[in-house]
Order: sequence, then C-alpha cells, then structure tokens
Amino acid sequence: MPTAFNEKISQTLGNQKLQLALYAGTGRLVEHRKHAVAEERLPEYQELRSHANALKKHTIEHLDHYLEQLEANVQAHGGQVIWCRDAAEVSDFVLDLAKRRQARLIVKSKSMTTEEIDLNERLEHHGLEAVETDLGEYIIQLRGERPYHIVAPALHLTRYDVADIFQEKLGIPNETVIEKQTMIARSVLREKFLAADIGITGANFLIADSGAVVLVENEGNARLTTTAPKIHIAVAGIEKIIPRAQDLGVFLKLLGRSATGQPLTVYTSFLSGARREGEIDGPDEFYLVLLDNGRTKLLADPDKRESLYCIRCGACLNICPVYRKIGGHSFPWIYSGPIGAIITPQFLGIQHTPALPFASSLCGACAEVCPVKIDIPKVLLDLRAGVKEGPGKAKSDWLERLGFHAFAWLMCHPKAYALMGRFSRLAPLLNIGPLRAWRSQRDLPAMPAKSFRQLWKERG
Amino acid sequence: MSARQDILNAVRAGLGRKPLEPAPPVLLAIRACEAQERIASLLRCAGVLAANTHHACSAADAREYVARAMNGRTAVASNAPFLRECGITGLANVRTGITDREELRAVCAGAGCGITSADYALADTGTLVMLSSLEEARMISLLPPAHIAIVPAGRILTGLDELLTILPKPADRTSSMVLITGPSRTGDIEQNLVRGVHGPGEVHVVVI
Ligand code: SF4
Repeated sequence: MPTAFNEKISQTLGNQKLQLALYAGTGRLVEHRKHAVAEERLPEYQELRSHANALKKHTIEHLDHYLEQLEANVQAHGGQVIWCRDAAEVSDFVLDLAKRRQARLIVKSKSMTTEEIDLNERLEHHGLEAVETDLGEYIIQLRGERPYHIVAPALHLTRYDVADIFQEKLGIPNETVIEKQTMIARSVLREKFLAADIGITGANFLIADSGAVVLVENEGNARLTTTAPKIHIAVAGIEKIIPRAQDLGVFLKLLGRSATGQPLTVYTSFLSGARREGEIDGPDEFYLVLLDNGRTKLLADPDKRESLYCIRCGACLNICPVYRKIGGHSFPWIYSGPIGAIITPQFLGIQHTPALPFASSLCGACAEVCPVKIDIPKVLLDLRAGVKEGPGKAKSDWLERLGFHAFAWLMCHPKAYALMGRFSRLAPLLNIGPLRAWRSQRDLPAMPAKSFRQLWKERG
Repeated sequence: MSARQDILNAVRAGLGRKPLEPAPPVLLAIRACEAQERIASLLRCAGVLAANTHHACSAADAREYVARAMNGRTAVASNAPFLRECGITGLANVRTGITDREELRAVCAGAGCGITSADYALADTGTLVMLSSLEEARMISLLPPAHIAIVPAGRILTGLDELLTILPKPADRTSSMVLITGPSRTGDIEQNLVRGVHGPGEVHVVVI
C-alpha cells in the first residue's frame, strides 16, 4: 500500500479524540437510519429499495435517451444545458459566464460533485470569491479541508475546533457554544447571500420528464442559493437522472431516512429553470451543467455499472467498520467509505488507487443498508481482481485473490463462518508463508477463550 | 467534437445499442384517510418537528393566533387571496401586496415574520407545499426568522404520493415547488441540533 494512505490511517487510529468523534457520529447516524426504516414505521422499505434499484438500472441502461429528454425539457423552460467532459470545462464555463455578467461573489450549497472537480479552488484562482454556505462545508472551507463524510462534512470536528477557526478567520474570540457558533455563521453567510451574483448548487436528482433539479437539505442554504442571486447554476453528474417526477415518491422516501433518519428532510426544492412570467422572485437565468468526468468509463462493464446508482446517502459509510476506524480523510479522494472505495478507482483509474479496493473487510454491511441496493462487496471483489490482473502484476498473487474470494464466500455463509471461528484460534499461523505480508497490514485481536457464538448458545 | 456529442457517444459506446424499454411502473400508494385524521396528523407531525401548531375554528380565531404569534414583530404577508379573506393581511404591522422582486427582498430581509398560505400540506410528514407564483413568493417563507403558514383544511393531502398523483409534473405549474418539513435545522457541529441556521427557526402551522 502507498505510504500516504498508510500514514493517514495510523494518524487517525492514533488520535483518541478523533476516534471518539468518528465512532459517536457515525453511530448516531446508524441508529437514526435503523429507527426510520424499521418495519413498523416503513413496512414498504424493501419494496422501495427494489423499485429504486430497478429505476436506476433502467435509467442508466438508457442514459442517452434520458439525457436528451432532460436537455429538451430544461430548454423548454428557458434554461440552458452545458455538457462538460471534465473539471476544466466546468470552471471555464463558470468563469466565462461570471466575466460576461461581471460577477464577483458566488455562493454555493453543499455539492460533492463540485468538490470532485475542485471548483472553488479553480474559481478563486481566477479572482472570484466562492463561499460554501452549508454550515459544515463553511467550517471546513475556512480550515482549507475536504469534507470528511458525504453527508456530514465536519463530522470529525468538535466545537473547540470550530471556536479556533472562527477566532483565526473571523476574529471572534473563544466562542464555544454551538448555538452561538451557528448564529455567527448565519449572519456572516446571510450577508453573502444577499450580495451574491451567482448561486451554484449540486443536484440530488435530475428529472428527465420535467427538466428539473431536485435539492434536498435541512438548513435552507440551498433555497437561499437558488433564490437570492440572479443566476443559478446546478452542477450534476450525468448519473443523477431519474425518469419522472413521480419517481420521487420512491427516492425521497429512501434518501432522507437512509442519510439522517428523516422521513423527509426540512426542505425539498423542485426547480425547473429560472422564474417565469408572473412569478415574483427567483433567478433570471438557469444553467444545468452535466458532468461526465469519468462516469462514462463505468458504463462498459455491466457488473460495475451499478456503482452509478448511488444517491449519496452516506449510509454505507456510517455502517462500515473500516470507515468508522480510519475516517474520511484516509481515503485518497473526496468520496470515502465503501462507495468511495468502488468509485474512486473507476473514476480515476485503478493504477492511481490500487490500494483502495482493499480498504474493506467485505463484511457486507454496506450492501445491506444501501437504499438502491448496490452490491458494493461484489464490485470491490471485481476491482481487486482487476488490480491483481492489471499491467505489471505477476500472477503470483493468485493466493491472495483466492483468499479474498474465500473470505467473501465465508461472510455470506454463516454456517461455514461458525466453523471457521473455531479454526481461527489458529490465527498465529497466519504469520507464516505468503500470508505474512497480508498480516502485516492487519491487527487481529487476541482470541477470547470462547467464541461469541458459543457464548450466545450457552446463554440461550 | 462538441462535449455534448462526445459524452453521448461515450454513453452509447459503453452501453451498446439497445432498444428503449418501458420504464418500471410508477409506485405511488394513497391510503384512505378521513379529513379530521389528516388535520390531526399534519399538526401532530409538524409538532414533533418543533413547529408551533394551531387548529383554528374560524378566520377570526386564526387572525388572533397570528397576531399573538407575531408578538410585536413586523411581518410580510404573501399575496394569497386566502390570507386576505381571513383578514390576516389587515393586521397591524403586516406588509403585503408586494410584486417587485427587489422591494420584496428588502422587506423580507428586515421583517420579523413571513406569513403565507400553502398550496398543499402533507398529513403524514407535517409538510407544507409551496408553489412559487404571483400569490406566493419564495422569499417570504425563507428570509424572515419566523414563518407562519395558514392552511385551509381542504388542502391537506395524505402524503407525498398523493401530491405526486395530483401534480404529476410540478414543472408544468411553476418553476419552484418547495416542500417545507419543520423549521430550518443543522447538526453539523457535533451533531448538536440547532434550529434556524439559514431558513426560519420558528415555524407556525395553522389549519382552518
Ligand atoms: S452506495 Fe448506497 S449506501 Fe452508499 S452512499 Fe451510495 S446510495 Fe448510500
């Protein structure tokens, strides 16, 4: 494994405070989700998941058709669609528009897609001010960091970290009360909203039959971003599309619950272009930026295509025993956790991130919570095979490959797993032969005298 | 080649030629729910989310509630005819009738409360549904620190599925449909719940 990856991991593991924040933060989100999708509250949960999966599968398999339909409908409402192959094309478009409109100040609402293309840095490099307005994003922007989690960007920080950065960047001394910190951000950002020339958002969903962008949030900053400035630009990956507005009945019920346990988030905005005649407020101009940036590369392989179904709920991060220990910044790109482990190598190319598909114990928890039923462990295994078979790799790693497949199989077969539990008392033996290298990356806990399964049996 | 052609070509090359199949069916289910139960559910769910709720028996009752909720603050009211009919726009310190965007923005930025009606409400989530129009501007329910919504009982739907059934394409009606479910909130610092971070931290749902 590359050293940068290793170093960040050991730093995170060695930081008690961070370990606690991570464990508590993800643990709470896990509980909220579990409560919200429980049988007595959402009996149709499994049906919704299957349907969401079928809808995503259908849309991705006819992506060209839906993209063209979306484009026609955006145009019908007076909006413009900008197709961008990569990050540079997005920033060129925004810079050019800003220049033509003499815009200086841009407000942004949380968007992983714009993080993916480092849009803020690119705009600031050309003298524009781009301000993140989601509270967590605002804090990490002040700190010059990347989001720690796709839903909770400042998951790793405490009120004391926030106090420090507010003191350093805003000159506000020693404010450690969370309510007051929030209100400080509100007033600083309110001024930005009212002065901004352009608002940039992402999109949780693109609706083909309506030419619309759907934004899901709790704070109201996405609403302000799309209401206060005269120009609204939405930047979205081409895979965010769903066929019909009516399909939101499925996706909205899953997204809020899977992310934070909310049946609906506080605000859901369904926006189809600039304000129309007769409407009092809203932006004068609307642009939808459709971004490829590696996504079309995933389409060729029917087995890996499903990585594009992701609705970025974060549930797989929260439940993942690896993410919960090594945290979001240990991953080489902005997408972390199980979903990051499968899309990063596919977007960036496996040769850039050969270690990533291995950052998982393949326990299967991610697939179980995924609201669109992406079989993440299976994609991981495929990718691992790809690393091993990739150029410059000797076939001598077959033993390891075999090991992972056996491991995955065991995880899916409880009886065999139980049997294995007895044998695992022989763990020290793992230190011999070709398994030594593998073991050097993994600390196995000391074996108790009796296995959990045995204890449970005796109890009952 | 243009980026558009490039991307579409890459999509087609990746997917291979395939005839268009019909999309999976729409999955929407509306459960039966009596009018009284809808009102009760709307107010209960909104209440759980820390919205203030009131079931008004008359327009006069609603008017009194709004006056109390304003509690000495100024307010800006939308142009919804229902508010006028209820006499709410006639209350002291309530500005209404604004149709100019810049003027509305300035007034909303300084007002203590925003008063609106709602096009629909969703009983099973405590949600207000706002369609942007000449009658309902976007900013009134967004900029002031408090939002007071007066909803006629007849506009309460069971939930999201009923809304999407009667409004299969919201984009045909408006450029902006917003669902509001409780007060603005954040949990971004230590997952501590704080209300009113950007939108209104105080929401009142009044059903007549
Ligand atoms: S992969 Fe599934 S669980 Fe993970 S973020 Fe995406 S939708 Fe959520």
